[in-house]
This record gives sequence, C-alpha cells and structure tokens, in this order.
Amino acid sequence: MSVETTPDAVREETAPDAFREELRAWLEENCPQEMRDGKMAENSICWGGKNWQFTSDAQKQWLERCAARGYTVPTWPKDYGGAGLNRAQEKIFHQEMDRINARKPLQSFGIWMLGPALLHFGSHEQKLHYLPPIARGEIRWCQGYSEPGAGSDLANVQTRGEDKGDHWLVNGQKIWTSYADKADWIFALVRTDREAPKHKGISFLLMNMEDAGVDTRPIKMISGISPFCETFFTDVKVPKDQIVGEENRGWDVAKYLLTHEREMISGGGAGLSGGGRALGAVINDTMEGLTDATLRADAMRCEIDSLAIGLTLERYKDQAEAGQGAGDASAMLKYMGTELNKQRHELMMTAGGSDALEWDGPLGNRAGDWLRTKANSIEGGTSEVMLSIVSRRVLGLPG
Amino acid sequence: MLADMARGFLDGAAPVAKLRKMRDAGDTQDSALWKEMADMGWAGVLVPEAQGGSDMGYAAANVLAREMGKTLAVSPFISSAVIAATALRQVADARAEAALARIAAGEATYALAVDEGIKFDPEATQMTARADGNGFRLSGKKQFVVDGAMADRLLVLARTDNGLTLFDIPADRAGVTRDRTNMIDARDAARITFDDVEATGEDVLGQVDQAMTVLKPALMAGQGALAAEMTGLAAGAFDMTVGYLKERKQFGVEIARFQALQHRAAHLWCEIEVTASAILNAGRMMDADPENAALAVSLAKARATQTATLAVQEGVQMHGGIGMTDAYDMGFYMKRARVGAEWLGDYSYHAEQVAAARGF
Repeated sequence: MSVETTPDAVREETAPDAFREELRAWLEENCPQEMRDGKMAENSICWGGKNWQFTSDAQKQWLERCAARGYTVPTWPKDYGGAGLNRAQEKIFHQEMDRINARKPLQSFGIWMLGPALLHFGSHEQKLHYLPPIARGEIRWCQGYSEPGAGSDLANVQTRGEDKGDHWLVNGQKIWTSYADKADWIFALVRTDREAPKHKGISFLLMNMEDAGVDTRPIKMISGISPFCETFFTDVKVPKDQIVGEENRGWDVAKYLLTHEREMISGGGAGLSGGGRALGAVINDTMEGLTDATLRADAMRCEIDSLAIGLTLERYKDQAEAGQGAGDASAMLKYMGTELNKQRHELMMTAGGSDALEWDGPLGNRAGDWLRTKANSIEGGTSEVMLSIVSRRVLGLPG
Repeated sequence: MLADMARGFLDGAAPVAKLRKMRDAGDTQDSALWKEMADMGWAGVLVPEAQGGSDMGYAAANVLAREMGKTLAVSPFISSAVIAATALRQVADARAEAALARIAAGEATYALAVDEGIKFDPEATQMTARADGNGFRLSGKKQFVVDGAMADRLLVLARTDNGLTLFDIPADRAGVTRDRTNMIDARDAARITFDDVEATGEDVLGQVDQAMTVLKPALMAGQGALAAEMTGLAAGAFDMTVGYLKERKQFGVEIARFQALQHRAAHLWCEIEVTASAILNAGRMMDADPENAALAVSLAKARATQTATLAVQEGVQMHGGIGMTDAYDMGFYMKRARVGAEWLGDYSYHAEQVAAARGF
C-alpha cells in the first residue's frame, strides 16, 4: 500500500493494465451486490467446509464464482486451485476487491496456514490431493498445536504417535484448536520420537476429524462465543502418507507455518484490509464528531501506527516476492500488529461509551470484538515470545 | 549500493568523534566534508544533470540522510541539497538553474528562514516584504534558522500584499543581522533580523504572493529527508545500545542475558523497522507522485520523531550512568533527536496533517 491522500483517485489513474481491466470487468459482472459491503465481522465470514451453511445465496454464488477462477487463493499455482498471480497482480487484485468493497469469498486456516506449509513442504501428490478442496471451500481445516502443557513452550507437545507399521496410533490432547468442532480435518504436531530432544521428535500429521477416537469440546470465551476447543485423540489411526515433511522434522513445518500465521494475525491488527477505514472516521460515526481531545490524540497516534505497520506488511510481502521472506521478522509484525489492534479496540470502546457495553446493543458486537482482540497478543505466540524471538534471532542477544 | 557506499564514507569521514571535535572547537561547519560530499554527487542529489547534479531522486536523498543520521554527520545536506534544491527546481528560469549548479558544486549553501515563533507554522508568518518601487523591503525576525549562521544564501518567507512570498537572498545583504545560536546539538543555527533589507523582483523565488507553490514541495522534501535522518539516528543509537548490552557485565554476566533488557531492545528494533517502512514510502511517493505525497511525508516525520525519541531514551537508560556522561556519544544522539523533533514541524504538527488526510 502506498499511503495516498486520495487512494481511490490515485488508483484509478495508475497502471490501468490489461489484467486490471479484465479483473474489474469480471468483478463487476460476478460479485453479487450483497457481497459488496466489505464486512469482515465473524458472522459475515465464509469459512467453507463440509458442514458449511451459507448465510445467503449470494455468499454461495460468490464463493463458487471465485473458486472457479482461482480467486479464493489468488497467488497459489493454478494446478492447486489458485490463479497463479504474481505479486504485482496480487496487489491489483486486492485493490480492485477493495475498490468495490468486496467481501473475501473464503477465509480459512487451510488458506492461511496449511496451504503455505503444504506448498513448501508437501509432495506434488499431497498438494494435488489437499489444496484444491481448500481453494474450493470444501474442506475446512483446524490447527492442533497447543496443549495444556505446551503453550509458549510449544515444542513441549506430548500428544503421542506410536509407530504401528502402516500407521501411527495417536493419543493425547490439544487445546485452543480454533473451530475444531466445525472443521473437517486437523493438522497437528505429534510426538513421534520420545527419546529425541524435544524439537527433534515431532511430526506434522494430517488427521480426519471424522476418524474414530477424535473428540472436541468447545471452550466458552470471555467474548461470549466459543471459537476455541479442546480436542482429544484416543487411539486414532493415522495412515503413514498423512505426514507433511519428514518424520520427526515436523518442527520445521510448524515454524514455517507459524511465520504465516503471525503475518496473518498482524494484518488484522493493522486494520488495513477491507479498504482500511481510518480509525478517526469510525470513531466519528459513533460520536457524531470527535470532540474529545484526549481520545482524538490517542486515535491519531493509533492511526499513524496503523498506517506505518500496514506499510511494513507490504514491504515484507514485496521482499517475500523478491525471495526474502519475513522469516524471524514475522515476530515483529505479529507483535506490533496485535498490540496495535488491542489499542484500536480500546479506543473504539471508549468512543462507544455506554452504548458499547451492551451485548448486541446499538453498536452490534463491538464489545465482543473488543474482548476477542485480547487473544491476539497470545495466540500464535505471545507478545513476549515474539520479543524473545526478535531478541535472539534478529538482534543476536544470548538466549 | 548507495547506502553501503555512503556508510563506508561516513564511518571514515564523519564519525560522531568528528562532531565532538567540532563542538569542542566551537565549529558548526565542515567545508572540506561538504566539498567531498559535493564531489560524490550528494550536494546535487536533486539537481538535474544539466546543472551538474546527480539527480538521483528523493528515495536516494533519504538514503543519504539516513546514513548521515547514523553517524550524526555535520553538513548542510537537508537545507541546501534537499530543501533549497527542491525549491529552485520548481522555478524554471536561468537564475534558478545557475543557483542549482552552485548547490551541486558545493559552492553555495542555503538555509531556510521560516520560523518566527517557537513552533513551525509558515502560515503564521508576520515578517513583511513591503513593495518599494520595483522591489521590496524586508523587515522582521526569524528564529531557528537551521544552518543559518554559516549559509551563503537564505530562503526567506515574508508576507506581501496578498499572501506569502519566498525570497532568495545572499546572507550578507545589508540589513541582515545573524546571531548564531548555541544549539544543544552543536549544529549550525541562527536568529536572524531583517532591518529594511532591500530585495529586487529577481530575488523572488516563484511568484509574488504564491510562496507555497515553491515552498510546499521544498518543505515536504526537507521533512522527508529529516525523517530519514532521524530514523538513521535511531538506528545509530540502537546499534550502540545493543553493542553495549553484549559487552557490559553485571552480576557476573553480560547484561544482554536479562530478559527485561532483551525485550526493551527488541521492542525498539520493531519500532525502528516500522518507521523505516514509512520513510521508504515517503521517498517513493515524493519521486512517483509528489502532488499526493503530503500524507506519506507527515506520516514519516511523525513516526520518525516518536522512534528517534524512544531510541535515545532507551539508549541512555540501557547504558545506565555512562550514557549520561558527556564523554560517551549517546548524549549527542539525544540532543540531535530533540532538535530534529522540532525542526520543520513537530510530532503534533505532522499528526494533525495525517489526521486531516484521514478524515478525523
């Protein structure tokens, strides 16, 4: 993103190349009007999956039309369900989607997390088998990482996979598995060598949630909803071909995936997706004029930081295109983005005053959204873990 | 790469030790260094090749400013090579071209005389340029004229009958009195009094009553470069601090082992990294779309001010007592950061610009 005074006007004039023209025409024809409200709230997201209930015909239509063009995962190769866009085209894609305020046709952990890991570590057969159903929104994935005894110390996972020749026999418990109760499959960190040092005995396994021995139990959170679950594995048989990467090298996959997860979480923090509506404008709406000088000053600072963090995300994406991934710096993006998002929601609560204190009150789910952000600086690695990663891996300070 | 080349040069030719030496001697100008910078094309970084410049653009100018910030190199780079050159480029006449050629050659240095009160506020200019025959008479006072005590020429903002007008006059013209100010950062600055100073129509840069056409791009260029310098300054202070954490021992171990300090250092690195993005964006926008670069520039200056302030505060704190001593270099970074924070608009000024552009 370039920060422009009049983003839309500038965008109209820049690079009106063939791709943009064609895309714009396609969007005009194919994006249903109901999907042009830019909504990103939890209840407007299309997550897909076998049990997905579309909230409207438009939502279904929008997903199907995008999936047919590879637009649910625009940068993935065409063979695997994507549109094969390069970075420049991807930018145009997002600009044009934002221009008409289009909702994302599909969001999922398959897209954000498993997909990138499979693209990097998976075999060609695995990619052909697992990626297209993700792109089409047919299979919904969840992430089995944390355990009661493995939070910040993630490599301490104890869920165990016993080698039974043609399969692993998996026993153990995961926690904070987002939407495990709604997911079709799970990618999980499982200890397959109990003798090896903790980072060297973990494998990255794919499991069908319908398999015998898999149970989930939702956890009610402070926001009133239950996006997280506990997931239990009792004698679950996992065929040997359902491993990503090498046996006992799952930590490499886990780390790679985490960098994507962190970038994804930080993007939400910058508040720049979906048109990047300025915080000041949001607050203005609520307060009918931002007359509170203290709130205004705080919101200005938050806005400045949002814009700068948004630019940083773009900069790292550009570098990724040039072959330099964000790598350890994704910890920086995650830390800065999530801390900012918490501030942003605190300010929106202040702006909402007592109206914001009601569940489903005049401001909708503002309180629920606010409470949800408190997990941002915990999930995917806490802010403190992020700072430790920066300290050790970027600054080279002793561990 | 330009940055590596600049770093190599500045580490040798303009380390902080040089600033210290100049301060101790009471010098605010390093003419030999500026001549070398001119020979490398830095003075003419924004001057067209036809006038002997290297014409590398704003992104490149910001790279140079950032590297100068790291070592606190003393030069009139921002005043002359960035602000004055940008102002002169807005005016397409032979006189301006000749002036650009002198800047590129390192033969003429400039200072921008805008501020009259304690805060940057060009629109509030009170200094007058009274019409007098074919010319003008300039009367009034300017303060915080950075590089103004030693500059050869002054860009002066004054009020004319129907607006503001920018003048380009020699600093030694009759009626100009310059008082060098003893600045905390040991850099050149002056309070300047104009007592019925004669100016001709030739001295007007751009059109009468239309100063902002010329001045606004020049200010944006200067603000962007200053933001880059401050980000370099933050990085310089940060590197020094991390180096110290790795070497200083307490309780029998390097203090870099303490998580409280690790996290402070890591947080500071994150802030610097985010600000660096805003600087890059500002340079890119100034090169590609200067008409719409105002938000990008103010964002950069606001972030740079915050980040540099944090970097020097954390620098002193993490150094402990030694960071408070004059013998140690950290203090130089702190003082320059404070001056940079005020020059060409402070945090509040630029935050308001961002707010206005973002619909607050």
